[in-house]
Amino acid sequence: MSTPIAAGTLSASSPAASRARLVRRWRRRIALLGESTPATVGIAIILAWVVLAMLAPLIAPYAPNANDVLALAHTTPSRAHWLGTDHLGRDILSRILWGARPVLVIAPLAVLGAAALGSLLGLAAGYYGRWIDLVITRACDIVLSFPVIILYMIILARFGSSAWNIIGVLTLTKAPIIARIVRGMTLDLREREYVAAAKMRGESPLYIMLVEILPNARGPLVVDMCLRTGYNVIIIGALGFLGIGLPPPDPDWGGMVKDTYGMMMVWPHMALFPCAAISSLVVGFNLLAVGLRELGLRD
Amino acid sequence: MTDAPLLDVRDLRVAYATRGGEAVVIPSVSFQLNAGEALGLVGESGCGKSTIALSIVRYLGRAGRIIGGSIRFEGRELTSLDETGLRAIRGRRIAMVYQDPMASLNPVMTVGRQLMEAPMTHEGVSASAARARALAMLAEVKLADPAAVMERYPHQLSGGQQQRIVIAMALITGPALLIMDEPTTGLDVTVEAAVLDLVRELRSRHHSAILFISHNLGSVARVCDRVAVMYRGEIVEDGPVRSIFASPRHPYTRGLLDCLPTLGSDKHQAPLVPIAGQVESSLTRPPGCGFAGRCAHAEIGRCTSYPIASATVRGEPEHHVACVRAEELRQWTRRCGTDVAHEFVATTETMVAIHHLTKIYEPRRRRFRGTRAAVRAVSDVDLTAARGRTLAIVGESGCGKSTIAKVLSGLEVATAGRVTLDGVEVGALAIDARGPALKRKLQMVFQNPDSTLNPSHTVGYAIGRALRRLQGRAPGDVAGGVARLLEVVKLSPAMAARMPRHLSGGEKQRAAIARALAGDPAVIVADEPVSALDVSVQAAIVNLLTEIQAARGATLVFISHDLAVVRYLADTVAVMYLGTVAEVGPVERVFAPPYHPYTEALLSAVPVPDPDHVGARILLEGRVSGAGEIPRGCPFATRCPRRVGAVCDETPPPVQHFGDHRLACHIPGAELARLQTALVEPRSIGR
Amino acid sequence: MKRFVVKHLLFLLLTLFAVSLLVFTLNEFSPGAVARKILGAYATQDQVDLLTKQMGLDRPVLVRYVDYLRALASGDLGYSTRFKLPVKDVLFKHLANTAMLAAIAFACIVPLSTVLGVVAGMREASRLDRAILMFGTVVASIPEFALGVFLASVFVVWLGWLPGTATLLPGGGWSLPAQLVLPVAVIVLFDSGYVISMIRASMVEVMQRPYIRTAVLKGLPFRAVILRHAVRNAMLTPVTVIMLEINYLIAGVVVVETVFAYPGFGRMMLEAALFKDIALIEAGALVAVFLAVVTNILGDLAYMLLDPRIRA
Repeated sequence: MSTPIAAGTLSASSPAASRARLVRRWRRRIALLGESTPATVGIAIILAWVVLAMLAPLIAPYAPNANDVLALAHTTPSRAHWLGTDHLGRDILSRILWGARPVLVIAPLAVLGAAALGSLLGLAAGYYGRWIDLVITRACDIVLSFPVIILYMIILARFGSSAWNIIGVLTLTKAPIIARIVRGMTLDLREREYVAAAKMRGESPLYIMLVEILPNARGPLVVDMCLRTGYNVIIIGALGFLGIGLPPPDPDWGGMVKDTYGMMMVWPHMALFPCAAISSLVVGFNLLAVGLRELGLRD
Repeated sequence: MTDAPLLDVRDLRVAYATRGGEAVVIPSVSFQLNAGEALGLVGESGCGKSTIALSIVRYLGRAGRIIGGSIRFEGRELTSLDETGLRAIRGRRIAMVYQDPMASLNPVMTVGRQLMEAPMTHEGVSASAARARALAMLAEVKLADPAAVMERYPHQLSGGQQQRIVIAMALITGPALLIMDEPTTGLDVTVEAAVLDLVRELRSRHHSAILFISHNLGSVARVCDRVAVMYRGEIVEDGPVRSIFASPRHPYTRGLLDCLPTLGSDKHQAPLVPIAGQVESSLTRPPGCGFAGRCAHAEIGRCTSYPIASATVRGEPEHHVACVRAEELRQWTRRCGTDVAHEFVATTETMVAIHHLTKIYEPRRRRFRGTRAAVRAVSDVDLTAARGRTLAIVGESGCGKSTIAKVLSGLEVATAGRVTLDGVEVGALAIDARGPALKRKLQMVFQNPDSTLNPSHTVGYAIGRALRRLQGRAPGDVAGGVARLLEVVKLSPAMAARMPRHLSGGEKQRAAIARALAGDPAVIVADEPVSALDVSVQAAIVNLLTEIQAARGATLVFISHDLAVVRYLADTVAVMYLGTVAEVGPVERVFAPPYHPYTEALLSAVPVPDPDHVGARILLEGRVSGAGEIPRGCPFATRCPRRVGAVCDETPPPVQHFGDHRLACHIPGAELARLQTALVEPRSIGR
Repeated sequence: MKRFVVKHLLFLLLTLFAVSLLVFTLNEFSPGAVARKILGAYATQDQVDLLTKQMGLDRPVLVRYVDYLRALASGDLGYSTRFKLPVKDVLFKHLANTAMLAAIAFACIVPLSTVLGVVAGMREASRLDRAILMFGTVVASIPEFALGVFLASVFVVWLGWLPGTATLLPGGGWSLPAQLVLPVAVIVLFDSGYVISMIRASMVEVMQRPYIRTAVLKGLPFRAVILRHAVRNAMLTPVTVIMLEINYLIAGVVVVETVFAYPGFGRMMLEAALFKDIALIEAGALVAVFLAVVTNILGDLAYMLLDPRIRA
């Protein structure tokens, strides 16, 4: 239950009081996360990767694109190269560390973009209804009915691939899913009495959508965003694997697999390690989503 | 009859796992039920009555478990029974009826198949034999055309029909014990009366014992032989129904009976007497009496140190009470508050006027179904509310009372007719089209305390925002106004920083009232504001509303299905049926003959918490005509027990005027007065 | 019912038009590129312009679009510059290959996920449930190419039981079923993870419902409660999801096809995109969208048939 505020010590709406409340709320939330094993493990994995990615320039033993010609004679893991080198003599560990950076920037950015766009569309569709709903829903259906990979291939092949293009495409293709979720919740929430009360004091539709309805749609939205982030990591990897991801020679996990899986019969480690890297990061996000969903249900 | 009771519960102890550890919600409950007997278990939310029912059938879920005591049924110990044993008893010897019949039936299975399952599983009968039994059972619960009902899906039936089916499902195997958990909550009053009568009839025919769980003292009085009153996980009083209602001993029981408005009292006499404090949950327990915190007679030490045991009342061997001071308290008489009755502003100036209001809902075309018929929610309604007075609109579900509230408040727009608010025409003005002055003038209080406040905002924010929008204050200027409003509704100023989920139902409703008062409205529309609250809290909110009305001279439009509250609170009453006004007038005139036949049926259906109350019960048979069909004659004709003939079906009834009392019926008022008996005792102060 | 069919057919047509127009515009915005590609990098600009004019590519977009539609109507899907064959010959062969893969995978995914999802959801938080949930989560987290790499490293590199590619070319030494095992396994594993968690979530929700309590308290055995009462209700939402899976299986398996060099629809589209084979891209997009919308409709139909509340 809430901690009581001693009457008279803090005026209920003073900035100091609001800040104190905010801190308390976040501390409670973090403690709550600790109760769920999947959530804790998931966050641990994600944080580990974030730290590794941020420190990559400092801790990577080699430059990611440096060819160590001597190592070509012996590419399997050794003391000099903990994870071995790839077919061009580049240290795999360093490439994996450096490769984490673009992924950890692009995936969340794309999800945030999709969430913002999707929420606005879903709110408008659910709140206004009628023809606005019809147009938005049909547009979303059209985008959704497009097999995602095909869309990527077409757009990226036409416009070329760069980090921003990938973010743009991911945002556009994920926004309809979020819009659908938000729309469903809006349809339900707009019948609530506090929305009627807001209308009766003359609030504008924009206020009602953003301040009254959206904060209450948080739960499923947050869980979905975690899942989306994980899925985005997979897509980024897949794009790299297909050769339409980020341009070389910068290390890109998917690209690393693409270059080396053909040599699996001889040097399996070159493809295995990047695969393990991607999988572990996605597992982190999915576990976090599972944990959040459990906590949400329990309340 | 054997001596051993059918159900023998001794020292039952149940705990729930919560985040902070295991909490004992039922420390020690003991009661007995003999074969063929009906015991009522009465209490408010969180008192543990449902927990006891679920403990008996061992369906407490993952979080709850029985940690002590014994439950003996037909000589067998249930607490240690294994799954096979439990399965043999459930549905066969013990059957259960639930609160929400729609949710309790499988939506994708026909009613017939669901009925046939139990006999086929337990008695191994063939499908055709089970089918015959199901048909017979459906006829017994008075469902028309049983063969057709068997093929229906639950969502195709009304609430009353669904509940009858659940009852049929329970009784089809002839169980010895029938547990009914709030079986009529959520049903309309007339439907509830019919279901309760059905239960009485079935009970005498099948000789089942009944454990009847409810928060409604009136329903319990109607069905049960004995009553046990629960508070916070303990039985505080139990005994024969007559003793409990005539001479209650425990302060909580007395408090409950005191705070119920009866059909014979009104606000001009005195306010209702609520029980101080909030309904407390059984998750946290004090060392002594659970009620001590709210009890006016509590003594520190005697009442607060150790658990109170149940003792027999002197002179009444069947009557037990768990109160150390029971013998010392005065004989109970129905209390009327000692506060001075409020002075009411007396004017006849009209504040709200509704003329020929009609509201038709056009169908929203659904994806898969065809076009649905338009729904006539309100047809040609005339009502007025005088300044400073209370107009109550009463009716059952589908009568249009909520629609009128929505049109008044601008959430819907009238299809035809005029609605004026203090002289200004608002019927065609949606809420966005109304100017700030109009918005300030009329505010609404809603029904559901859980959704009336935004769960993501603090109470202070909600009220402050209303102050800003309705009174145009700057954001920094609202703190004082919020504190003042909280005071008016008797909440502490610290509430402003709390989130709604930490407030009780009553507190949330008070905060909602404070929010509605932010603009100092001249008209307050209250749509079932107390229906979702516990009984002991209802009285406090009703008192608050009357106080506010008296202090501010506000006009109150009070919408409800609860006739007792309406009788208490209103100056003028309108009884609605299927979108039309059946009867309207000053409250004493409407509650006295001549009654519109529907009013008559409604009044006779109200469960009265007095087992001696003998009223002619008028049960409504027949089909409710759908809201989409425009009746050619009287909308009540299909169910009216006083229907005179074809004229009721063909021509709309004429409106008869008796001063400011109107009713719409083909039977002349004098004739009605002759035929009907008064259903409500005249005002009496005390007993 | 009629309204339903008509409305959805209209939507199908509308979508096809919208998509084809979109794809067409995207691709044909730079008309010179086609001629440039045919003539090569060393042709002069004048030659490129001449060929552009000859091929009629300098006309406004909408005019060319109408021509395109007319050609479509007569069955001419264009000429594939990548495969040097009429699109018709290339497209449907690759589509058939993917269809075979998809059908086998679908036939494995649905029963597997249903059983695991129901078993997991019927007793929430039991050990079996946690195990299945973790299995589903982990498996859905490994990208298909990574799954392919992992499985290949075990079954191809280490054990040598299965081939590393599935080119379907004759004379490869491996039978058709042997070639298909790994691609199907990868698809089944990856997809199942998602479908299992959906069905499990739906099942968990259904088990909380009051009508399950009614069934249990009627004394029905647990199996009857699950099979007769729970499953039918729990499958209502997943059915639409499963239908959408078919949609994914047609084009989304490009990664798997690339890993195993399988001559399927997705790989064909990838090569067309990389090679800027416009005619093939346009035709392929149309087919993909058509299938997507049809599976959408089938999903809605299935939902309607299963839920009597909608039927009435």
